[in-house]
Amino acid sequence: MTRYVVRRFALAALILWVVSVAVFLLLRVAGGDPVILQQGMSATPERIAQVHKDLNLDDPYYVQYALWLKHMAVLDFGHSGVTGTEVIHEFKARLPVSFQLMLMTLGWTILVGIPFGIISAVRRNSAPDYAVRVFAVFGLSVPAFWVATLVLMIPAQNWGYAPPLNETTSIFSEPWANIRQLGPPSLVLALGSMASIMRLTRSQMLEVLRADYVRTARAKGLNERVVVVRHALRNSLVPVVTVLGLQMSGLLGGSVIIEQIFNLRGLGQFIFAAILQKDFAVAQSVVMFTAATAVLSTLAVDLLYVFLDPRIRYS
Amino acid sequence: MSEARRVPLSGAPRFELYARPGRLVTALHTLRANPLGAVGAGVILLMLLVAVFAPLLARYGINQYAGVPSQGPSAHNWFGTDRFGQDIYSRVIYGARISFQVGVLSVLIGVLTGLVVGSASGYFGGWIDTVIQRFVDAAIAFPQLILLLIIVRTLGPSMRNVIIVIAIGIIPSTTRVIRGAALAQKNQLYVEAARSVGASDIRIVARHVIPNVVPVAIVIVTTLLGAAILAESALSFLGLGIPPPNPSWGVDISTSRNSFPINVWAALFPGIAISLTVLGFNFFGDTLRDVLDPRLRGGR
Repeated sequence: MTRYVVRRFALAALILWVVSVAVFLLLRVAGGDPVILQQGMSATPERIAQVHKDLNLDDPYYVQYALWLKHMAVLDFGHSGVTGTEVIHEFKARLPVSFQLMLMTLGWTILVGIPFGIISAVRRNSAPDYAVRVFAVFGLSVPAFWVATLVLMIPAQNWGYAPPLNETTSIFSEPWANIRQLGPPSLVLALGSMASIMRLTRSQMLEVLRADYVRTARAKGLNERVVVVRHALRNSLVPVVTVLGLQMSGLLGGSVIIEQIFNLRGLGQFIFAAILQKDFAVAQSVVMFTAATAVLSTLAVDLLYVFLDPRIRYS
Repeated sequence: MSEARRVPLSGAPRFELYARPGRLVTALHTLRANPLGAVGAGVILLMLLVAVFAPLLARYGINQYAGVPSQGPSAHNWFGTDRFGQDIYSRVIYGARISFQVGVLSVLIGVLTGLVVGSASGYFGGWIDTVIQRFVDAAIAFPQLILLLIIVRTLGPSMRNVIIVIAIGIIPSTTRVIRGAALAQKNQLYVEAARSVGASDIRIVARHVIPNVVPVAIVIVTTLLGAAILAESALSFLGLGIPPPNPSWGVDISTSRNSFPINVWAALFPGIAISLTVLGFNFFGDTLRDVLDPRLRGGR
């Protein structure tokens, strides 16, 4: 077991290293001067040369890469080429927005996805089952950016209503504005994950409901509610929890489009602007953060299995 | 060795001859039993026809001034007009061409590459497998949309680059799935038989392993076509896909968002077109998986 854990951590480090090389090179191979892009055409040659020197852009790639790794090792994420502020400051301001968006999306997904998945499995081939299945396929087919656009446009055209779009609100000091700001985008984001969680819960439940121990429980004369909740649900939730975990780690960096549409100052909007403006320090840091979250949560899930399911033994 | 397990020395799995018609019959039967799959196939066919016959169906040119800007549906402009006074109906019709071109080409390139790399990875194993799979791990850990955005920012937005980028996005997960299927084929008797008559590794992969993982690939292709069309529209929506004024559905939704006065119709119709197409592929893909993947049969 210890050997397995050590090997998995080594593997995670290797993966993150490949990601770091990839993002470093991908951002640079295009050519063109990011500084001119960021400073505008009116920037003086002296100013451009100065920024080049500040960001070590004239060094060969391997030197730049080594410097980047060295700085990352002491948690120095550098300065934005556009605003000149420290990446870590921006990051601290933006992480809570994306994190809250993720939590709310997770909330909707669990509250809606799991119960409806259960109903769909228990009443297989009934009207509610068909409704859930059709909703699930719709949820997976309808583009989130389109729903988001409509969610903003329809109230704006008909009632002149718009959620707060130009500031970052806090759930603690102004809860109502905060809910108005993050409620709609989290619901839109949850459409897709709700749909896949419903389907997964349904298929897992169907499989478990056919198991011998469920038949035994019924034969003992337990009431159906106890059979479904205590015996079936518990055993079908393991893969559901896994997928939820992976979905959420992906959401942290993947809400690029939704944050863009609702003008939320989160990580997704941060990295989108950084990619457009070739802001190397920002783009690299955010990519490494999201990749690390994804790799570590996969690892955590795999290790968690051992505790959830005693039959699994890694060697 | 018992009679039943004897394998023809040519290495060709003879049972295929008998399995094929059975599969077709099952497929037709399943389509009838599962009307959603038939609906999906119908929608795909409809959208394909729209794409092919776009010039006949469209009522105006894609960049033609066709009426007062930002209007709702009318007899002249069935879906209304956008902020430039272009006919939304005609643009949605032509948009089907772009969606299908990008979808089909990117999925073909992506899945064919994934098929070759994944089969090789699963069949050869060893260090080849290890190296390939570590790259796949890294690509999967990389947030997908961000990867696409970075590459397309590097290459520049154009139809060709969108196809390349979406294909690149498809390769890692396809490689992983195909590798698993190839791994299962590797220890089959017919592969051993082929090897025993002196077939080279390349020949075994090309003639025996790849043909047997094709059913898995077909299911992947159907599901990915919908995903690729979604990806194209999302990239175009963000301004990093098909460059405007081309009639991409994503471009049109993005245009509608920035127009004043607000005209919901301009966003509504292109989005319905995307949803319908993707829905078709998802319905059809689900049914296809039920037919081709016996493990899941009876589960739903």
